[in-house]
Amino acid sequence: MEVKVVKDILEANEVIAEENRRLFKEKGLYVLNLMGAPGTGKTTLLERTIERIKDRWKVGVIEGDIATSRDAERIAQYGVSVVQINTGGACHLDGNMVRMGLRELPLEGLRVLIVENVGNLVCPAEFNIGEDDKVMILSVTEGEDKPLKYPLMFQVSRLLLLNKIDLLPYVDFNLDRFREFALKVNPHLEIIPISCKTGEGLEEWIKWLENRLKETR
Amino acid sequence: MHELSIAQSLLDIIAQQAQIYGAKRVTRVNLRIGALSGVVKEALCFAFEVLSKGHVAEGATLEIEEVPVRIRCERCGIFEGIPFLVCPDCGEIAELLSGRELEIYSMEIEDGSEGSEGYS
Repeated sequence: MEVKVVKDILEANEVIAEENRRLFKEKGLYVLNLMGAPGTGKTTLLERTIERIKDRWKVGVIEGDIATSRDAERIAQYGVSVVQINTGGACHLDGNMVRMGLRELPLEGLRVLIVENVGNLVCPAEFNIGEDDKVMILSVTEGEDKPLKYPLMFQVSRLLLLNKIDLLPYVDFNLDRFREFALKVNPHLEIIPISCKTGEGLEEWIKWLENRLKETR
Repeated sequence: MHELSIAQSLLDIIAQQAQIYGAKRVTRVNLRIGALSGVVKEALCFAFEVLSKGHVAEGATLEIEEVPVRIRCERCGIFEGIPFLVCPDCGEIAELLSGRELEIYSMEIEDGSEGSEGYS
C-alpha cells in the first residue's frame, strides 16, 4: 500500500530553529551565522570583529568544529563568552546543536551572538539555526568560480565577505568576473571585499553589522 | 556529508508516519531532491542503509527523483539546469521554481493486516 507523506525532510530542524529564533528575539539578540570553507578566515574575522565591537555591544560566540577547542581558546582571549560545540564528525551545525550550545552560554545582556559554523561550503547552507543573517566568507585563494560550483551557500547568504584581497596581485582571481558569477547566483547578495591581514574593508563590514543591528532591533 | 543528518531526519519522519498508518514494514520511500541541495544520491542511500538497521524501514528502497533547478523570467520564460537567479537572456531577476527540494512525498508500506500476520 502506498501512502502519501509530503514533508520537508528537514522539518524537525526548522521547528528547533524557529524555537531558537523566538528565544533570541525575546533576549533582544542579533544572531549571525558565519559560514565558509576551512581556512578561509572565519576565526580571524571573528577576532578582528570582536576587537572592534566588544566595547559597544556585549558579544557571545558559538564555535562549531568537528573536533578540538582551538578556535574557542583563540576567541576566549578577547574576553567574550564563548562556547565550543564539537559536532563529532558532522559537517555543519544544526538548530539542535546550537540549542545545546546555548545552555552553556549566559545570554543575559548579550546583544550580538556570532555562530562560527563548521568549515564547509556545502552543508551549513541547508540548516537554519534561528539566525537573523547568514554571512559567508570566501577568500580569493579559493577561486572566482565558487559561486557556480556551490550556488546554495551564495543564495542563502545576505552578505559575502571576500577575504584576503591583499593577495589579489599573487592569485588568478578576477574580481569583476567573481562579482558577475556571485550576482547571477544571488542578485540580492551584498559583497564587501576585506583583508583581515591589512584591515582593508573591515570598517565597511563593521558599518554593515551596525546597520543590521539597528534594522533588526 | 550532510547526507547522514538528512538520512536520520528522514528515518524519524518515516517512523512517525509508519506508526500513524500502523505499518509493519516500510518497503519503499519516494523522495524529491533538488539539484541545489548538494545532496549526493549515493551518499544518502548509503547513510540510509546504515542508519535504518533495526528500523521499520530496514531494507527499504530509496527512490530518489532528482529535481533540476528551474527559474522563470517574466519576460523570457522558463530556464532549466543553471543555478542562476537572474535570467540568462535579459539579466532580470528571475523566480526560482524548483531545485531546493528535500522532501519525502510517499512511501510503500505493509500494514499489520496484509503483512506477516496474514501468513500465520
